[in-house]
Amino acid sequence: MKKMIQHGLAIVDSPYDEDGKKRTLVNKLLLGLTPSQYLLQAFRNPFNWILAAIFAIGIPILIGRFFFGLAWATSGSNDYPWGLFLGFGLFAMVPLSSSGFQLGTACEIFGRHDLEPIERLALLNGLLGYFFAVMYLLADLGQPWRLPYPMVVSFGPAAVLFLVAWHVATYLSVQVAEVSTAFFEWIGFPAGKRGVRKITLGLTVSGIILSTLHQGALGALFTYAPGKVHPLWYSSSFQWLHFFVSSLPGGLCMVITVSTIAAKTMAWRGDSRFREKLDKVTVSLAKGACMGIATYITIKLIAIAHDNKWAYLDTGWGQWFMLEIIVGFMLPLTLMTYGVHTRKMAIVRLGAFMTVFGVVLNRVNTAMITFNWKLPHREIPPWREVIISLTIFATYIVVYRFILYRLPILYKWRQQEQEETVPEAVPAPALGRREASSIPVASYSSMTKLD
Amino acid sequence: MKRRNFLKACLIGGTTIALGKTNKGYASGSFEGYPEAMGVLVDTTRCIGCRSCEAACNKEQKLPEPDTSFDDPAVFEHDRRPTSKAYTVVNRYQKEQPSGPVYRKVQCNHCNEPACLTSCFVNAYTKTQEGAVIYNSKVCVGCRNCMIACPFNAPGYDYDSATNPIVKKCILCYDTRLKYGKPPACVEICPQEALTFGHRADLIKLAHERIRATPERYVDHVYGEKEVGGTSWLYLAPVGFDKLGFDTTLSNDPIISNVKDFLGMVPMVLSIWPALFSGIHLLCKNQEHGEHGHETESNQEDTKP
Repeated sequence: MKKMIQHGLAIVDSPYDEDGKKRTLVNKLLLGLTPSQYLLQAFRNPFNWILAAIFAIGIPILIGRFFFGLAWATSGSNDYPWGLFLGFGLFAMVPLSSSGFQLGTACEIFGRHDLEPIERLALLNGLLGYFFAVMYLLADLGQPWRLPYPMVVSFGPAAVLFLVAWHVATYLSVQVAEVSTAFFEWIGFPAGKRGVRKITLGLTVSGIILSTLHQGALGALFTYAPGKVHPLWYSSSFQWLHFFVSSLPGGLCMVITVSTIAAKTMAWRGDSRFREKLDKVTVSLAKGACMGIATYITIKLIAIAHDNKWAYLDTGWGQWFMLEIIVGFMLPLTLMTYGVHTRKMAIVRLGAFMTVFGVVLNRVNTAMITFNWKLPHREIPPWREVIISLTIFATYIVVYRFILYRLPILYKWRQQEQEETVPEAVPAPALGRREASSIPVASYSSMTKLD
Repeated sequence: MKRRNFLKACLIGGTTIALGKTNKGYASGSFEGYPEAMGVLVDTTRCIGCRSCEAACNKEQKLPEPDTSFDDPAVFEHDRRPTSKAYTVVNRYQKEQPSGPVYRKVQCNHCNEPACLTSCFVNAYTKTQEGAVIYNSKVCVGCRNCMIACPFNAPGYDYDSATNPIVKKCILCYDTRLKYGKPPACVEICPQEALTFGHRADLIKLAHERIRATPERYVDHVYGEKEVGGTSWLYLAPVGFDKLGFDTTLSNDPIISNVKDFLGMVPMVLSIWPALFSGIHLLCKNQEHGEHGHETESNQEDTKP
């Protein structure tokens, strides 16, 4: 894309092309390129070749899992019922997606409008993370076609998993609604956008409720198995708090991670607002994440003291636990605090990457590695399970990128219709910003002559 | 007006769910089993490891042919656990002891307050009046949370089936025998009378009676009387239960009591969060922000540090 823009391609960021004609949906989907140009830029990207290789191997195996059963694809044993699909896909993806409700809360409830350049990215990160957690779940369920059963057929309301199912389902729809404003802008349906905006506060508050509950509920799931999860990762009183609190820095750091990757790999897609405000916003997010990590480490220590589990720290498991805490939480806390104070963005971002790693490691540790720690053998995921997990994650990246390329997530959609429908809105700043932007502009027809 | 309606809806909904939740959660905590519940007392001092119970179970439940025959003593070399192909297995312990080996039959213990039941989000499990914990494969989604939750590692799963994988475990021969007042197949066939079928309450008395009559033969503990809230299968043993592969670290509280902290928190969040965060929003809004953050955003951007 960068090359095309250098050649003078106009970026799609309004309903009209440079000749003032309304863009068609296909035109928007192809990023304003002709089909051949679109394919050309897709082929030129080496990352696409890696993805193609993953899908070529992974998709047949994913399909095979549904034809030959779980035993064919996973380690699926009676002692370790939950493997990589849930241990990584569900338990790690969900905390990394708590960004939606946090930024929603900050912007809509606390009125932190300075964070708005990242709000939509955080909402999208939340939606996609949850959606793909459900995809992992579908791959793992013995009878995935019965997924709606807890909603419609048979109820087990005393079960924590019942809460998880209902909350994830309702929260997914809340997130779809929250992200839909960007989609409505993009397809040109201002009435839909206004409708959603009217209920934004309601959606945001439901987002907080549902997130608190099911982030915690995922932790509470393990309180059904006292003695199975290693005591250092288990606490019947604090398990839900551990999961909930660690999801806060997890989600914020995931947004830092994703925005860093987006700023590096698709700089053309962010507008000047995103590019200029990114460092400032990252500092704000990192500050929030630091508070979250500090709280998390504190309650982790309280939990050890509460059940008097200090002796376990002096074992092999204890070393593994300390590694998780130090590399995944304490070190990033130090790095981010230092980075925020000295405004060294690279260090802040490194700390954020490490926090993401720490949260994932914590979930994998709780759900898989330390699960059934008293049994003599440990489960190592077989290659098909690893490939399926990788394939679903690659799909997540593809969908994420597909949306970021198109919808107004990192940039503002120049919405002419808004002038007619919302008379109070001042169109001047939007126009001014457009003129100020340094993106070279050329007509669509001159572009086609290039090839 | 919109907001007020929303709050009202949140409160009503939250309270409804809260009441439903707490009733279910706390009432079930004191449940100590149905008064007429049946059970089985396993006297491990009598078991000789003939495995005829395994064979009887296999026949009664129409399970697939085992890999090795039921006479093959080689199976005792390793500890086994119940699977989808064998609802009960017999393991051998204390083989090096001069007093001779001790055999222990393993199967679903049919808890009074089963963790599989309380952890199941589609209510696939039922604790019947007769004491059996049965399973409805018609609604099972296959999440395998029951296997995570079971403190005795009893349920096995049909990992090989792609179209209808289900949880398989001992159901106390509920469909074919227990319902009609008959003892399970394993009990009926036991040549040593190591298994005794009867009302759970009577079996507990019987077990303590045996310990009292011959204290040198048993350790003074009936496993399953109190563990995780009590189980329908009860065990007597000549040595400490930890030496026979039993989990002796289990609490006497049912598994669900570990989850109550969280379940009790749910209605709190449902009822407090809407008011709290709407209130914060109102506070923040009145200070300097307009009704809709987005519309006024372009002005706000500059005023923020």
